[in-house]
Amino acid sequence: MADPTPGPAAVDVRYQASRHDPVYDRLHESAEFTELRRRYHSFVFPATIAFLLWYLLFVVLSNWASGFMGHKLLGNINVALVFGLLQFATTFALAWVYSNYSNKKLDPLARQLNEDYETNRSNLSEDA
Amino acid sequence: MNPKLIVMVADHQALTTGLFLFVVAITIAITFWASRQTSGTADYYAGGRGFSGLQNGLAIGGDYMSAASFLGISGAIALSGYDGFLYSIGFLVAWLVALLLVAEVLRNSGRYTMADQLAYRMKQRPVRQAAATSTVVVSIFYLLAQMVGAGTLVSLLLGVDSQFAINLTIFAVGILMVFYVTVGGMKGTTWVQIVKAVLLMAGSALIVVLVLSKFQFNLSDLLGTAASNSGKGPAFLEPGLKYGISTTSKIDFLSLGLALVLGTAGLPHILIRFYTVPTSRDARKSVLWAIGLIGVFYLFTLVLGFGAAALLNKGDMERVSASGGNLASPLLAETVGGGAGSTGGAILLAVIAAVAFATILAVVAGLTLTSSSSVAHDLYNSVWRKGQATEKEELKVARLAAGAIGLVAILLAIPAQKLNIAFLVALAFAVAASANLPAILYNMFWKRFNTRGAVWSIYGGLISSVGLVIFSPIMSGKGLDPVSGKNLSLLPTSIDISWFPLENPGIVSIPLGFLLGYIGSVTSKEPEAQGRYTELEVRALTGAGSEVAVQH
Repeated sequence: MADPTPGPAAVDVRYQASRHDPVYDRLHESAEFTELRRRYHSFVFPATIAFLLWYLLFVVLSNWASGFMGHKLLGNINVALVFGLLQFATTFALAWVYSNYSNKKLDPLARQLNEDYETNRSNLSEDA
Repeated sequence: MNPKLIVMVADHQALTTGLFLFVVAITIAITFWASRQTSGTADYYAGGRGFSGLQNGLAIGGDYMSAASFLGISGAIALSGYDGFLYSIGFLVAWLVALLLVAEVLRNSGRYTMADQLAYRMKQRPVRQAAATSTVVVSIFYLLAQMVGAGTLVSLLLGVDSQFAINLTIFAVGILMVFYVTVGGMKGTTWVQIVKAVLLMAGSALIVVLVLSKFQFNLSDLLGTAASNSGKGPAFLEPGLKYGISTTSKIDFLSLGLALVLGTAGLPHILIRFYTVPTSRDARKSVLWAIGLIGVFYLFTLVLGFGAAALLNKGDMERVSASGGNLASPLLAETVGGGAGSTGGAILLAVIAAVAFATILAVVAGLTLTSSSSVAHDLYNSVWRKGQATEKEELKVARLAAGAIGLVAILLAIPAQKLNIAFLVALAFAVAASANLPAILYNMFWKRFNTRGAVWSIYGGLISSVGLVIFSPIMSGKGLDPVSGKNLSLLPTSIDISWFPLENPGIVSIPLGFLLGYIGSVTSKEPEAQGRYTELEVRALTGAGSEVAVQH
């Protein structure tokens, strides 16, 4: 930080918006960022709705479908237990799928944008 | 009691006490070691952001798997069968909210506390004040649950039931947690949590293997024996024993389920763990590790709970029932080790008791650190000193705050012993889901969100969730237990202010938190908050300009 960029000398720390770095506006408008955001949202929003509905289905069935949940499948293992264990399985699976998705589809774009930021940022944004 | 039995009881208590002291000695050593590596605020609040994904994943597990999970869930399964298992599913699925929507973006946009991420684009003082208030409230409820649990545990396991000894235990736990936090900061706290997570997983895995081996690893046999021993038959393996009594209790369960699944990602002591890793990718990895660890742990509790129902004899089951379920795992350990009076039984009982004690210590340390950080960083520095306090001053206040919170927790825990632990934990989750989660999600994903929206959703969610509990059957109106004649509510039976029928407020307070956040935002204009959103969004998704790890 040998050459501080000219800017407002006195920053009001109570309002963080007063030390805004213009490089963010440019990155925000870039095609790469739009794509990154699209990929992130298009995964996490449907996935969140899906697992919440799946979980609520389990809660509702536990409450109001005891006959179905008590149905025995194998020995003493009934639908309720299998359904509960399936909640574990889908949680593990979704976590694993998201991890792969973000490694392949999100991280490369995020890294690229972060490098762009590191090269082009003004020093203004450093004094937090 | 014959002399031989007295000697054995004394031996077992000496062994348990010895292991307790050993656990405490390890944690004290870790804390002193960590204190030599802690210098600035980033070290104290965020452990220098130098933990790996695996280390933080273990620490998250250590922070999350509380005594209420370990003793409470296995106990609930042992007593109510399948309905106890419903808790663990909510507690686990909740981690997907943290993984998909919160962990990474929070790591990139915040610094030390939950409030940092909101203050990024809003008026500092009102949002920090609101966020700090809800942080302290959630943490205190959770803290009380752990401290009350510690008192019960020690009195049950060491066979001391004098009120003085229980209060002394609560006092000792309070002193220890303040010591960990003030001396070891986040680094010490994290290592205490890592050690605890390893001990807890190893200890429960051992008991699980011993239980399953009694049934030749046939799960169906284990379940069948549990069902027939419980005296309730197949109904023991089906939902409904605890929550299926009436439509009100079913809606109550739905309300609890919502709070469990949405509360985790709003628990301040979980949120600040994401700041202890160098990048958002490490934050993601730590949640993945945590999901694996916590998932396996809840599968263990399933075996422990049904195992206790299947293997404990009648006398032991009565003790489990009298303890509200908390003794199920310890007594199961004693039984599979060879039974009461055997050396194996005494050793396993002492080991599980020490693990449970380590569990409590690790969780209370995390909670004390979280609330004291928020008091020092949000209230003292940003609100009171308008951001002008030096690092040294802020750290001094953080340590003083830890001491003050420890003192408050001790003073509240002593009268709070009448409260049910599971209720305190459920209330903490309900407040976190109603007050914190709406603000965090709106801030990340909705440009139009602003200061008024944040303040309304936090205070609205906080006041409605706590307020509804005051007017619920928990506080008054349940009357006397027809069997024992005990008052089932907290207030004397002459007072009845209960107009809210549910014990869990989430089904009302969570939507209310989201609604107030929306209304507050659309009824006020704050161009600065919207202007700053572009920066927040870029930073959250790419990590551009986020806080970096401390170089020592």
